[in-house]
Amino acid sequence: MQQTNKLRPFFENLEFERDDNHMVINFGPQHPSAHGQLRLILELDGEQVVRAVPDIGYLHRGMEKMAENMIYNEFLPTTDRMDYIAATANNYGFALAVERLIGLEVPRRAQVIRTMLLELNRIISHLFWLATHALDVGAMSVFLYCFREREFAMDLMEDYCGARLTHSAVRIGGVPLDLPEGWLGALAKFVNELPSNIKDYEDLLTENRIWRMRLEGVGVVPPEMARSWGCTGIMLRGSGIEYDIRKEEPYELYDELEFDIPVTDTCDSYGRYKLYMEEMRQSVRIIQQLIAMYDDTPPELMAHAPQYISAPKEDIMTQNYSLMQHFVLVTQGMRPPVGEVYVPTESPKGELGFYINSQGEPYPYRLKMRAPSFWHCGILQDLLPGTYIADIVTIIGSTNIVFGEIDR
Amino acid sequence: MMRPYTPKDNVQAKAYYTDRFWVAPRVPEEPVPEEGVYAEDLAAVKACCKVLKAYIQRGQLVIYINPEDNFEALKVLKEERWYEMLSEMSAVDFLAERGGFELFYQLLNLNTAKRIRVKCFVEENQAVESVNPLFRSADWAEREMWDLMGVKVNNHPYMKRLIMPDDWEGHPLRKSYPLEGDEFAQWYEVDKIFGKEARDIIGPENRDPARIDRYDTERFARLGHEVPRGAPAEEAEKSEETPVRYQEEEGVFLIEKFSPERSKVLERRK
Repeated sequence: MQQTNKLRPFFENLEFERDDNHMVINFGPQHPSAHGQLRLILELDGEQVVRAVPDIGYLHRGMEKMAENMIYNEFLPTTDRMDYIAATANNYGFALAVERLIGLEVPRRAQVIRTMLLELNRIISHLFWLATHALDVGAMSVFLYCFREREFAMDLMEDYCGARLTHSAVRIGGVPLDLPEGWLGALAKFVNELPSNIKDYEDLLTENRIWRMRLEGVGVVPPEMARSWGCTGIMLRGSGIEYDIRKEEPYELYDELEFDIPVTDTCDSYGRYKLYMEEMRQSVRIIQQLIAMYDDTPPELMAHAPQYISAPKEDIMTQNYSLMQHFVLVTQGMRPPVGEVYVPTESPKGELGFYINSQGEPYPYRLKMRAPSFWHCGILQDLLPGTYIADIVTIIGSTNIVFGEIDR
Repeated sequence: MMRPYTPKDNVQAKAYYTDRFWVAPRVPEEPVPEEGVYAEDLAAVKACCKVLKAYIQRGQLVIYINPEDNFEALKVLKEERWYEMLSEMSAVDFLAERGGFELFYQLLNLNTAKRIRVKCFVEENQAVESVNPLFRSADWAEREMWDLMGVKVNNHPYMKRLIMPDDWEGHPLRKSYPLEGDEFAQWYEVDKIFGKEARDIIGPENRDPARIDRYDTERFARLGHEVPRGAPAEEAEKSEETPVRYQEEEGVFLIEKFSPERSKVLERRK
């Protein structure tokens, strides 16, 4: 049945037979260090990269299209699948965008829990980054240590919401559940132990000769390039520009919390590595403050907005009107006002923004997700030329891209 | 009975019921204040091109301009007002209502932490100027916009599909493009690998992951009524019972059966 002549592979507009000494090689899409489905078409002169063309789209699921065909609450679990390393950051970004569109105030306890989860996710994501980055560069034992701590953090997530990767723990209007018994104690134990673990990683890496040789001066992103390419998060702060959305455009409880924004102007992978370590310490600091805040909060978890948000379960089961509202909200979906918002949040990878255009329908008219990795992947075409092929893996690892949110 | 009319220009999901008297509320559009950062930004844009409309929505300035002025306006905002980062740009499909797209450029000033959305309306086949010389981030954003929405961009250095395959037909994010794909999308792999003539043999893609076909002896076994793989379904109907045996019953090399009595449960996490 299979006709052999139809199976001829095709390479888009690429000449493989060349007269000069340049060689074209394909990196990925199944390369273990490509952090997902990245295909890099590299033109090499010896071992030096002359031209790099990142080719994406291998994980494209059409999330923006799906969003136009789902009611708002239905779409929330889909956002888990963007940056699947830190799913709560995506859930939260989407929930916050819808809340801004509606103009909703979230109860304080929900805010505390959400901020806690966001920071816990930041730790999970940074640990994962460090583990895989170190593994890419060749430090196997760091990978094992980081994954041990990440397991504990994911156990905490699991204790709270039942899922380890795709949390959906944040809902539009608040959080669905209060913290379980003893969870805060376990969280406090985890974050109190983490700094000593971070010190262990640093002992293994920071002054390690091989680590420094592989990272220092590799993947230099000048500040102009970072601005022009729309780099955010650590990619921006690693280039000496102090901009953190949590500080500059505070959302949730970040304006009440004390934390520092680490910045470096070395612009290279080594500087970014140091920022990641410091950010984990700051997250620990934030979580410790939040644990103290939790006890003084009233027990409400979801915003009271009957037109948009279902009433608490107890009301639904006892009060007729709440049940009717719930029925309409589940079967038809909420109808946010006509208008558009762009809401940026600081995800572990950078600026995660949701642009929602609503026409007053239960389905978003257009939803555009601004994923930080998309731009951090695009920058590779300017960043890689001139580097050596051995550094490519370091540079890809240092940009911390994840393909769930590049292709969406 | 009449078949319900479904408009072809927008095939996305729609509310199945809307109250006749429902009037959708609107997100307030506040006027731009007389003084402040946004007033100066707006004045700078007004000095270089025509501003159709400007207002503040949820704390961000929105400026409508003509599509021909997009490069000029963004240049002024970047060089005179230090909006140095193009955090996002894309299009919204209004082909059904107004015959065109609404483009938005989401800009960020890193010093004042202010955000501006510059918007313009383009007709279906009208092309806009690439802002790639100003912001490198527009490189991929414009490619994605062309790929998924079909908005043309002039003077882009490498205008090629970004996310969909190069030989794709159609622009998937348009409202006229169905969620499950058009005919081209549904037969893409079959046409490409085996040729159009193989469509009948292979058949349409099964989009129900839970579907079980009891007559399909290629992919499904019938425990207790085994037939050779690919045997006609009638044979399966007629075949007598085959005994069900499990491999583990005789024991598998190196594998032990789980027994709760012999396993140990830890008191607490190590």
